[in-house]
Amino acid sequence: MTRETPAGDLRLANLTKRFGIFTAVDDLSLTVPQGSFFALLGASGCGKTTTLRMIAGLEEPTSGQVLLGDRDIARLRPYKRPVNTVFQSYALFPHLNIFENVAFGLRRRGIRSVDDEVLRMLSLVQLDGYGNRRPAQLSGGQQQRVALARALINQPQVLLLDEPLGALDLKLRRQMQIELKRIQTEVGITFVHVTHDQEEAMTMADTVAVMNAGRIEQLGAPADIYEFPATAFVANFLGQSNLLAGEAAGTAGGEVAVTAHDARFSVPAGRARADRGPVHLGVRPEKLQLVGSADQVPAGQQHVTGVVTDASYVGVSTQYLLRTGWGTELSVFTANSGAVAQVPVGSEAVAYWDPRHAFLLPRDAADSDRTAPVVDEPVGASS
Amino acid sequence: MRVSRWLADRWVMIVALLVLGYLALPILVVAGLSFNRPSSRLSYDFNEFTLDNWRQPCATSDMCDAVVRSVQIGFIATVVATVLGTLMAFALVRHRFRGRSGVNVLIFLPMATPELVMGTSLLALFVSAGVPLGFWTIVIAHVMFCVSFVVVTVKARLAGMDRRLEEAAMDLYASEWQTFRRITLPLVLPGIVAAALLAFSLSFDDFIITNFNAGTTVTFPMYVWGAAQRGIPPQVNVIGTAMFAIALLLVGLSSLRGRRARRADLLAGPAPAHPARRSS
Amino acid sequence: MTVLAQVPTGSGQPPPTPPAARSGRHRLLPYLLLLPGAAWLLIFFGVPLLQLAAASLYDPSGSLSTGYAMTWAFGNYPDVLQAYWPQFLRSFGYAGVALVLALLLGYPLAYAIAQKAGRWKNLLLVCVVAPMFTSFLVRTLAWKTILSDNGALVGVLRDVHLLAPDGRLLATPFAVVLGLTYNFLPFLVLPLYASLERLDHRLLEAASDLYASPVQAFRRVTLPLSMPGLVAGTLLFFIPASGDYINAELLGTPNEYMIGNVIDSAFLVRLDYPQGAALSFLLMAAILAVVFGYLRRAGTEEVL
Repeated sequence: MTRETPAGDLRLANLTKRFGIFTAVDDLSLTVPQGSFFALLGASGCGKTTTLRMIAGLEEPTSGQVLLGDRDIARLRPYKRPVNTVFQSYALFPHLNIFENVAFGLRRRGIRSVDDEVLRMLSLVQLDGYGNRRPAQLSGGQQQRVALARALINQPQVLLLDEPLGALDLKLRRQMQIELKRIQTEVGITFVHVTHDQEEAMTMADTVAVMNAGRIEQLGAPADIYEFPATAFVANFLGQSNLLAGEAAGTAGGEVAVTAHDARFSVPAGRARADRGPVHLGVRPEKLQLVGSADQVPAGQQHVTGVVTDASYVGVSTQYLLRTGWGTELSVFTANSGAVAQVPVGSEAVAYWDPRHAFLLPRDAADSDRTAPVVDEPVGASS
Repeated sequence: MRVSRWLADRWVMIVALLVLGYLALPILVVAGLSFNRPSSRLSYDFNEFTLDNWRQPCATSDMCDAVVRSVQIGFIATVVATVLGTLMAFALVRHRFRGRSGVNVLIFLPMATPELVMGTSLLALFVSAGVPLGFWTIVIAHVMFCVSFVVVTVKARLAGMDRRLEEAAMDLYASEWQTFRRITLPLVLPGIVAAALLAFSLSFDDFIITNFNAGTTVTFPMYVWGAAQRGIPPQVNVIGTAMFAIALLLVGLSSLRGRRARRADLLAGPAPAHPARRSS
Repeated sequence: MTVLAQVPTGSGQPPPTPPAARSGRHRLLPYLLLLPGAAWLLIFFGVPLLQLAAASLYDPSGSLSTGYAMTWAFGNYPDVLQAYWPQFLRSFGYAGVALVLALLLGYPLAYAIAQKAGRWKNLLLVCVVAPMFTSFLVRTLAWKTILSDNGALVGVLRDVHLLAPDGRLLATPFAVVLGLTYNFLPFLVLPLYASLERLDHRLLEAASDLYASPVQAFRRVTLPLSMPGLVAGTLLFFIPASGDYINAELLGTPNEYMIGNVIDSAFLVRLDYPQGAALSFLLMAAILAVVFGYLRRAGTEEVL
């Protein structure tokens, strides 16, 4: 290692977990800086929970290391690790009251006077006075906060959160997201948060790792990943993208020229992850503007022409489907700011964009256009 | 029209209550006969009210000896069967191993085998091995047929337990032993207690298997069987009624305790009226 | 960080257990847990069955005092069948009739407790189990009082001419079947209740919304969904009922004797072990045949 690792960083090095012939986590390496809020984002079955369980010690890696500072903890029993978990569906002990649930970790480590700590924790998660209740008497949101207090009271070096908000309804989930973020800032320990909810990951985390099939597709700040995705999977897992299949002809004068569906486009070289051969030209739906004809397109912008086949009014925006001449339907989101008129279904329209908002991704030669349907909610956002 | 409608809505419940009456009738008769002074030893009819049987339940002392013996056997058999069965249940629910289905068959078969066959086959073994029949052969037999029921009862409770609770405990610095002691055992305990009660009642009430393996030792059911030929002392009904009353009392107490605990939980703690209250 | 200081984070730790050693211990553990119980069952259930099989092939001319010789006397089986086929038939006949009666009584009872009882559910369940709190034999003897020639029941039946003036209930096949039904009914009701309790009431509403009459809803929805409980309950009823001899002994006469009575006397009165063993084995074989035939038809493998 050339880089000096600070004492509290969590590092996964070549971590692999196989169940029989199935590889759940495939040679995963990443670093979570101390004190950061890190999100592992992916669809169910992508290996994110297995990764979390290996950090917690509930699953033993097939190979690789889990390093906390420079100590490999991959083969320590869970109770020997300064790591605590907020479990999916909380796993509160049903036979113990809330106080004893929260005090559990302290007592196991032989600490006698736990009262002050427990009461302070209950008050941190705003559950003062609930100590005598049983878990079954609490609402989902309250149980979630008990689970958080029960883990935080141990002041772990790393707190693991396994889809902790999955069981809550939308409104409560928003509240808890804000609260979790507040608590993380307050206590300053490393949070590793596993979720399939891209909005949740983006709201809370400093760094997001998008996982797919046991590997990390992209890692970075939420805005960076969203604005410049590394793969077609990320482009459509995190929000939506219109991906047009094209051929890139190399970089010239800081621009990459692309031919797609007999039209010529260009993308700044800094936004191209490939500059030659088969590529996807990507533009986010909200980066597209709709106008009635090509002569309304401002200078320096690029455009495609089509027919509006669907318009869904969703309050803050209107989401259009624009069928292009070659048959692909593009998504276009226009903000309902009052500045632009609604475009009626069936009318011809031109979608244009600033080339600096487009991006180029390498493409399998067999892959064609990829667009996400307008009505498709991000995975998990409504469940 | 109205009557038929009323009947159509409630006939299931009416039938159910009649069937419950059918189930309850013999118990009422037993309770009634415990206050009876029979006209003759071989009479089963109600003759005259008396409290004598309750005042002197041990008037026929060999009956009380038999009851005490049944309790002793039941106690030993319950302890052994509960320990053996609980260990097996843990192995079956918590571990993957070769020969699992074979073990399942071994546990299932005693429950599917007629008692008569188990009793006679065990007798054949004891006789051919030259083991003298008596107290301990009864205990051996009782443990044998109770184990399967313990396994099934504890297994059900264990299988219904969330594994994540144990993972959570380990995550919260509880070692394997502490996890077992603080989480697993308290959560499985109701299942183990239920299994033990079931084992005791099976053992205490067993006649067929005991009858083949008792030699000259007499348990309470065997005493009743023998007395049925010679004439039943009314004190048998006192024991029957008392057993019923004790069991009912236990059930009543446990359900009352459960209800009170729940109510106490609800009243405990000055919980804020609006749990969602938060500082913003 | 005072709390954290107590977490073993230093390097002066014992080296972590290598995974191979740990999984090795884990591989042995289930067998250690199983060993005592499984050994008990093998020695006192498995071996005796073999011993019984052997005893059924002993030379029938031996006796307990002189000892038996193993002569592979397969002739014992046709012999006992020829001598006791009426008792065999009677056992399965009585148990079968009692089963039908128990189904007619037990299904409505289980259904009512599971679906109609509301807050009385637990109380009614206790009422089903309560009879078992009293000794099996004492309860059966109580039927002797209820069915007695001088009892109220016989008196009423004679008055309404359902029974001839000298007619009896006690010491008849009726009394034996009634006793069997009574004694094993809870074994049928409890698993059935467990199945019916899981039945979502909305399914019946959905069925009636989809044009099913109450009878059709029962046949198409309730009955199929209660099948696991029905199969388990039927077996738990039929197995002990067909092997029972207490009801026949206490409530019947030698004319009502079932195969159990014969086996009992072969082992304990006549001391004819080969014959008793052969009869026991035949009973077991017959019950297993019925059970597996039934399970096959009902299509439920893992019921118990």
